[in-house]
Amino acid sequence: MKIAVCVKEVPDAGPARRMDPDTLRADRSGDRSLNPFDLNAIEAGLRLKDAAGDGEVVLVCMGPDRALESMRRGLGMGADRAVLITDEAAAGSDLVATSYVLARALEREGADIVLFGQQASDSDGAVLWSAVADRLRMPVISQIAEFDVADGRVIAKRQTEFGYDRISAPLPAVLAVSDAVNEPRFPSLKGIMSAKKKPQDVLSLADIGVEPDRAGTAGSRTTVSALSPPPSRGDMQKIEDDGSGAEKIMEFLLERKLV
Amino acid sequence: MSTLVFLEHDGSSIPKGALGVLSKAASLDSDSAAALVGSGVRELAPEAARFGAARVFVAEDPQLEAPLPQTRVDVLSRLVQEQGFDTVLFAASVLAADVAGGLSARLDAGLNWDLGDLVIENGELVGKRSAFGDTILVDVGWTTTPRIGLIRSGSFDPAEQSSAGEVIDVDVAIEDFSTAAALVARDQEEQAGPSIEEADILVSGGRGLGSPEAFSLLEELAAALGGAVASTRAVVDSGWYPYPTQVGQTGKVVSPKLYIGCGISGAIQHKVGMQTSQTIVSINKDPHAPIFDFSDLGVVGDLHEIVPKLTELVKARRG
Ligand SMILES: Cc1cc2nc3c(=O)[nH]c(=O)nc-3n(C[C@H](O)[C@H](O)[C@H](O)COP(=O)(O)OP(=O)(O)OC[C@H]3O[C@@H](n4cnc5c(N)ncnc54)[C@H](O)[C@@H]3O)c2cc1C
Ligand SMILES: Nc1ncnc2c1ncn2[C@@H]1O[C@H](COP(=O)(O)O)[C@@H](O)[C@H]1O
Repeated sequence: MKIAVCVKEVPDAGPARRMDPDTLRADRSGDRSLNPFDLNAIEAGLRLKDAAGDGEVVLVCMGPDRALESMRRGLGMGADRAVLITDEAAAGSDLVATSYVLARALEREGADIVLFGQQASDSDGAVLWSAVADRLRMPVISQIAEFDVADGRVIAKRQTEFGYDRISAPLPAVLAVSDAVNEPRFPSLKGIMSAKKKPQDVLSLADIGVEPDRAGTAGSRTTVSALSPPPSRGDMQKIEDDGSGAEKIMEFLLERKLV
Repeated sequence: MSTLVFLEHDGSSIPKGALGVLSKAASLDSDSAAALVGSGVRELAPEAARFGAARVFVAEDPQLEAPLPQTRVDVLSRLVQEQGFDTVLFAASVLAADVAGGLSARLDAGLNWDLGDLVIENGELVGKRSAFGDTILVDVGWTTTPRIGLIRSGSFDPAEQSSAGEVIDVDVAIEDFSTAAALVARDQEEQAGPSIEEADILVSGGRGLGSPEAFSLLEELAAALGGAVASTRAVVDSGWYPYPTQVGQTGKVVSPKLYIGCGISGAIQHKVGMQTSQTIVSINKDPHAPIFDFSDLGVVGDLHEIVPKLTELVKARRG
């Protein structure tokens, strides 16, 4: 079974998550790591490969060249190979452009299952998989809380606004898993040691046959034009629990006449 | 502008969110149209007219019965091209997001998501979107048509108006790969006990509880405060707590007097279900948890320590 997992490099969570006011793009200067939601997708891929008894898990990313370092975390978890599409001309890609580039890269891989995480923590889009699936002309199931693969089909359970759905689809298929689908493993020491030696292809747009006007700003159809702070919620306090946290909450509730 | 609004439905009604987007569209473009896609959906057309649709495009086909996205991409992409719509709007939902994403690729049309408002500035449509966990507001636009927009849950209320609501049938042609995925079952979980929407006080738990058993800590606090227990999707999907207690985009929208979030990170999709609570208190051991950005009182600490103590304090007070 061949499994491709689409992963993104994102700014670390915490105070550094912000946009660059000059470029109107995500600020990529701080520490970066693999999108935490993609760890669930990698874990799902590794378990599928284990269950099948053979196969390959390939990580596929479009991003800046140093994203390879973030991808090593996934190799350390046990993925077999990394493919990074990196190109000056890909910077600033929106959904239309990103889905096009990834689809071209995925076509080369010919995976039985293409996995996505629940959302990118820096965009909260949760839309990319269905754009990629449309370009690959493959069935798609998103927001998967549980799934099984057997006899060339996947059956998945997922939540919608109306409760739970069970959906079945033949392979090859595009699957986007939720952050409740599994508990991602930590890379073992041995995994971390071997990660550097695993195959890591760094490809340009030309290498995967993407015309320059289909990627980056040229291939994008959306713009960001202004930034402003959101309306404030008024007075907010944040305190560290030094053993008196419960008392502080109690005082606050009494003050507001909530008890 | 010529706008098409995709109306999700459950077979018998159209959710408030979708009608709200339709009313908003009608306020920007009096000639707004709606799309109803499914099987036996024609009877919902008058509802669409009541909330602003000048024309209602109805696509009926047994293949459209299951609420799955790819068949809807086939229908909408044809409709948009034939009718020349320049704007296609969706109220955010699991289905709508997948339809919008697929449509964006099919038509190479720009998609902006999580829009809280839409305005016309200098004759151009501009979307107002909050980004990075709502720490910044961004103006977004489209460089080409059609423009696709996904509207954040709860952004617009439905407004009644009398629109023509002329019903127009749509020819349905479906791609092979679009019917590969099939709906096997829909499980609707029955509500047990009083609804969390009615409670004045909610004590809500997330994955930080660490185990389903730890929910008993929250049940005790809720009982002492005279409130109910709510939850996040992560714990519901993990089978720790029942779906009817879930707050958020795919759960309930609540606005109690007091919301105490315990071990909840504060993801956007959770926030949209509880941000209108009058007072928000949160306990999380990660000082950078996004929930602190919208909590009146945030306590950085271990809920397993704090919650039982708080329960004792409340009990002592109430005698
Ligand atoms: C389309 C879509 C729809 C969605 N709909 C919903 C929805 O309706 N409702 C919803 O809730 N989510 C929804 N989600 C999921 C959402 O994005 C988050 O994944 C989810 O809300 C996370 O739940 P959580 O806060 O319980 O878990 P986590 O994000 O894992 O957060 C757990 C938190 O607990 C803290 N913690 C850990 N241990 C302790 C301790 N001992 N004491 C105190 N704190 C501790 C951690 O620091 C962490 O911040 C949706 C996602 C998508 C893509
Ligand atoms: N640049 C990228 N390269 C590879 N995969 C990506 C990229 N951006 C997003 N993804 C994948 O798409 C998922 C959803 O992203 P989004 O729709 O941006 O929230 C993520 O969890 C990743 O699996």
